[in-house]
Amino acid sequence: MTTDKVLMKGNEAFAEAAIRGGARLYFGYPITPQSEVPEYMSRELPKHGGTFIQAESELGAINMAYGAGAAGGSVFISSSSPGIALMQEGMSFLCSAEVPLLALNVSRGGPGIGGIQPGQADYYQVTRGGGNGDYRIPVFAPSSIQEAVDLLYEGTELAQTWRNPIMVLADGMIGQMMEPVRLPDFKPVYAPHEIAAHRDWACTGFNDRGGDENRRVVKSLRMQPEKLEEHVEKLFVKYARAEKELVRYESENLKGAEVVFVAFGTTARICREACEILAADGIKAGLIRPISLWPFPNKAFDEIDYGTTKAVISAELSMGQMITDVQLALNGRLPVALAHRTGGMVPTSPEVAARAKAVLEGLK
Amino acid sequence: MKPIFEYTKGMTDMPTHYCPGCTHGIAHRVIMEVLDEMGQLGNTIGVAPIGCSVMAHQYMNVDMCEAAHGRAPAVASGIRRVHPDKIVFTYQGDGDLASIGTAEIVHAAVRGEKFTTFFINNGIYGMTGGQMAPTTLIGQKSTTCQDGRSKELNGMPVKMSEMLATIDGAVYVERVALDSPAHIRQAKKAVRRAFEIQQKGLGFTLIEFLSTCPTNWGLTPVKALDWVRDQVMPYYPLGVMKEPKEAEQA
Repeated sequence: MTTDKVLMKGNEAFAEAAIRGGARLYFGYPITPQSEVPEYMSRELPKHGGTFIQAESELGAINMAYGAGAAGGSVFISSSSPGIALMQEGMSFLCSAEVPLLALNVSRGGPGIGGIQPGQADYYQVTRGGGNGDYRIPVFAPSSIQEAVDLLYEGTELAQTWRNPIMVLADGMIGQMMEPVRLPDFKPVYAPHEIAAHRDWACTGFNDRGGDENRRVVKSLRMQPEKLEEHVEKLFVKYARAEKELVRYESENLKGAEVVFVAFGTTARICREACEILAADGIKAGLIRPISLWPFPNKAFDEIDYGTTKAVISAELSMGQMITDVQLALNGRLPVALAHRTGGMVPTSPEVAARAKAVLEGLK
Repeated sequence: MKPIFEYTKGMTDMPTHYCPGCTHGIAHRVIMEVLDEMGQLGNTIGVAPIGCSVMAHQYMNVDMCEAAHGRAPAVASGIRRVHPDKIVFTYQGDGDLASIGTAEIVHAAVRGEKFTTFFINNGIYGMTGGQMAPTTLIGQKSTTCQDGRSKELNGMPVKMSEMLATIDGAVYVERVALDSPAHIRQAKKAVRRAFEIQQKGLGFTLIEFLSTCPTNWGLTPVKALDWVRDQVMPYYPLGVMKEPKEAEQA
């Protein structure tokens, strides 16, 4: 049964949501600011008949995830920016082999080891694909713990439906803070011998399929270029469908707005406050909050009031990465500026409001 | 009429792509024949590596999964955790297991993962065209040690089986060869024993096969087998490195 509101730390709520959503295998490696996730999983997953392995590295973890996913298990992994970088080999493999996975990146500042404070400079990594080859991973960016819980709860089923990794990008702020959340009910899971019947591509051994000796092979290698091209084009038919069906966003106060912020995660919360500050000063400001970063919510930008809006501001905890997608979505319809801090620094709402005023002033 | 010999159901009908004189074909057949004889083909999931045997899944008649270079032990760990009652194995070459995948194989052994690894040691990177492997012998020529491997530059060839046998979680480790009918029969016994120990859930098991690469060694198939006997075996002696105590096997 859905719980009453409970006060939880982000990382622990994420882990609990993944278990309730049906994930029963977790492979992880400690890294700040998400180490509470493997800690929670090591304690709680065995109580639900699940398996926790502390892997030898993030490479080990993602490849265990690939193996368990290929065998039809419901797998959840988590890490933070440099660890997610190490996992990119596996992400590319999983996409090609169409192996489902629910992945969480509690992101921090970079590049390199960077720092352990919140960052959004993994935007390119997660939306453009840090691994090799043509592939896409749907990425969802929550701006509250409840939203993260809901996305992670849904994530296992989404990954199985799309037979692809699904990533939730929650910056370190959301992972480390506490908020009240409602936890949804536990979803049913398959016993090992039931997997073959429900996941008709998974390696289970053919005895589990009534002795049907049509072997199942999970693979990504295609030596003949014609075959590889055919395979990649098939993947992109799926991705094209995802671009229609997985777009998620929220828009606020766009009607009559003079300036529109575009921001996700923690930054969206700051921008919402900046909108209030600007309103007090008589400047109407709106917000587009992408929830799906890939597919990017281009259609949200058609809702902008082009009669009143003079500029769009991409607010990010990076040197400006999402701004590329904002520019593509606007396609020259409005000037685009950046409001940002990086390296683990988080701007205050007055700073963001001041930046918006300066941008509007500069257009005069 | 009662057949006295049949081709194993463990192998598919597909002709292999391996070079003449390569012992991959023998290793494949030994493993798959054992699974067939044990009646476990439908109860087995295999993991193919990167290297010449990347397409082993075309020949081995069980459910299979490809793994990225060196990661087969991690992939097999994931599979075994989903299906704890299945037989799981990895099939890996020396570049895969002894170089890029050392972390994965060591930690699979440390965790005592209940799968079996077949380690094909032919002392060279076959598929990429004959580069030096961690197991290339001192003085042996390859395309990346053209005057022969030097100890000063590259260190000594690594003895993975001996190293892994020091790990508590590795319960059965044996090195076998495929150069003669007697050794092939011994190899088959070792494979069966490894699978049986896996079924008993005692821990990690590994069989190292001393194998050949006539193409990249620049030798005929017959001379390649002589090379295994005369050059490889003195450095990589055959035998059991580690086995469970009889009491544990019962």
